[in-house]
Amino acid sequence: MLKYIIPLLLFIVLAVFLALGLNLKPSEIPSPLVNKSAPAFSAPKLNAANEKLSPADLKGKVWLFNVWASWCVSCRAEHPIINQLAQQQAAVIVGLNYKDDPEAAKQWLATLGNPYNDSVMDQDGRIGLDWGVYGVPETFVMDKQGIVRYKHTGPVTGDDVKNIFLPLIAKLQAES
Amino acid sequence: MMKHGIAIVFLMLIMNSQSWAVDSYQLADPEQQKAYETLISQLRCLVCQNQTIADSNAELAGDLRRQVFEMLQQGKSKDDIVTFMTDRYGDFVLYNPPLKTKTALLWLGPVAFLITGFTVVFWFIRRKKQAAATVFDAEKQKKIRKLLEDENNEESL
Repeated sequence: MLKYIIPLLLFIVLAVFLALGLNLKPSEIPSPLVNKSAPAFSAPKLNAANEKLSPADLKGKVWLFNVWASWCVSCRAEHPIINQLAQQQAAVIVGLNYKDDPEAAKQWLATLGNPYNDSVMDQDGRIGLDWGVYGVPETFVMDKQGIVRYKHTGPVTGDDVKNIFLPLIAKLQAES
Repeated sequence: MMKHGIAIVFLMLIMNSQSWAVDSYQLADPEQQKAYETLISQLRCLVCQNQTIADSNAELAGDLRRQVFEMLQQGKSKDDIVTFMTDRYGDFVLYNPPLKTKTALLWLGPVAFLITGFTVVFWFIRRKKQAAATVFDAEKQKKIRKLLEDENNEESL
């Protein structure tokens, strides 16, 4: 009896580990920023380079920080979803125009629509580095205290909005 | 002549695989330069994931190299820089993950496997030895001898 049970158990253990391995997403690196204060910056706005925006200006508001660039193909795929999210006016959406040419970026928004309350420029990628950005697009959700509550790597899908973003935003809006 | 040619081609191939990313920052202090080279070969490029930022030509790797270089220029220590990176990118940015409760399995797992392996091997050996060393009592020995004798007799017939 034992002769059959031991290989069976070994097989089950192996199968479980392999199944876990198949479902891992090594490209999604958990962000150490979650539950910490949003990294500070003061950066020029894309549409008004002489005006600056910093996370401190958004205290008391639930806001999304969406990293995008005109050269980024997945951002183009994600863009209609962000547009829809903006229409619902659930939260303030700030864009981080990451390592981009401002003119190309403005053109991009003019063609595809501008879901952002404001976009700030990060031409040399320093703000991105502070936020631990390693692939565009990325989306962060901040609560009213300016604490990072969630990070999404890669393009946001309609399902993500419905199942993750909207419920989280509603919860954060209810907090003080 | 032919042999030399092949050797040169191989040498070129080897050297090619060792070529490092293009921008190399130079620090005036050789000690700092050494720290720079150590650091960039210990930090992971998060885009390519299986390359260090020293090996990678990805843009992010370039930014991280610049960051390391600038922090060293500002007189920051190696630990400061490693903390800076893990604060932003997590432990994954390190090629050598630190020993923590979360990573205990990673570090101790191989040792556990080794111990399990040895235990199983010892168990098998002991069982084999015991089986071989089984001593028959006097009655059984008599029976065995008798059986053997019978067989001999039959053969002789």
